[in-house]
Amino acid sequence: MALHATHRDAGQVTVVDLSGRITLGDGSALLRKTIRGLLDEERKMILLNLADVDYIDSSGIGELVSGYTAVKNKSGDLKLLHLTKKVRDLLQITKLYTVFDVFTDESTALRSFTNPAAA
Amino acid sequence: MTFNTKHLEMTLETQVESVNLAEEMCLRVAEAAGFGEDDCYRIGMSVREGVINAFHYGNQERPDKKIYLAVDFTADKMIIHVLDEGRGFKLSDVPDPLAEENLLSTSGRGIFLMRAFMDEFDVVPGRTGGAEIVMSKKLPSSGSASPNGQGGQSATPQQEA
Repeated sequence: MALHATHRDAGQVTVVDLSGRITLGDGSALLRKTIRGLLDEERKMILLNLADVDYIDSSGIGELVSGYTAVKNKSGDLKLLHLTKKVRDLLQITKLYTVFDVFTDESTALRSFTNPAAA
Repeated sequence: MTFNTKHLEMTLETQVESVNLAEEMCLRVAEAAGFGEDDCYRIGMSVREGVINAFHYGNQERPDKKIYLAVDFTADKMIIHVLDEGRGFKLSDVPDPLAEENLLSTSGRGIFLMRAFMDEFDVVPGRTGGAEIVMSKKLPSSGSASPNGQGGQSATPQQEA
């Protein structure tokens, strides 16, 4: 299933709703384009909603890391919301679960951008 | 495709589409062999990563080079071979993606995932001069298999990648 991405603003935070697979090729490219596009618009607080992403390969993981680094380099923040079991397991075995801020509740995630203590 | 087949092989073009094709083919074979959903996911992911490795690192994305995929069944396991036409590499030269300095690397996790998801994994010099990835999964009916999807090395690879 190809990756689809839409985004919506929630105050200073942009929530990106993703669905499909983040894999080598179009999926990774779309994620890159979406994050870079938001950064170009000075939207630096990004919450990736992965509720409907059930598959990520090493290329997709690399793109998540690349996006995270790009956002951090612009003094922004990129966080993850609603991981599926497979994606959570992947982030755990690659130790990236310790790198990303991961949330199971959107309102808590949104608050964490302005109030880090909420994380 | 019937599961009476003991050996399957296909020659793939060095292109992104080959990654999905290889994954889909091996998923069908694994399902026919009786692997459960979680093991099929792990096998599919490992094939995917093996072909990505051949496509990107081995063949350097050069369309004049081929990727050779083969699947063999013994009495107790499914063995997958992925061969490229690159220069080969040593596993010992592959950086550990779990090392602190590599955690934010945007690449280099494919070998690690294959090791994590398959029961056996190795890289040997191939007949083409390139690298040949050889990995296997015990069949569900072989007694020590993992019907609930827990691979032999589970989520804790025993070697650094």
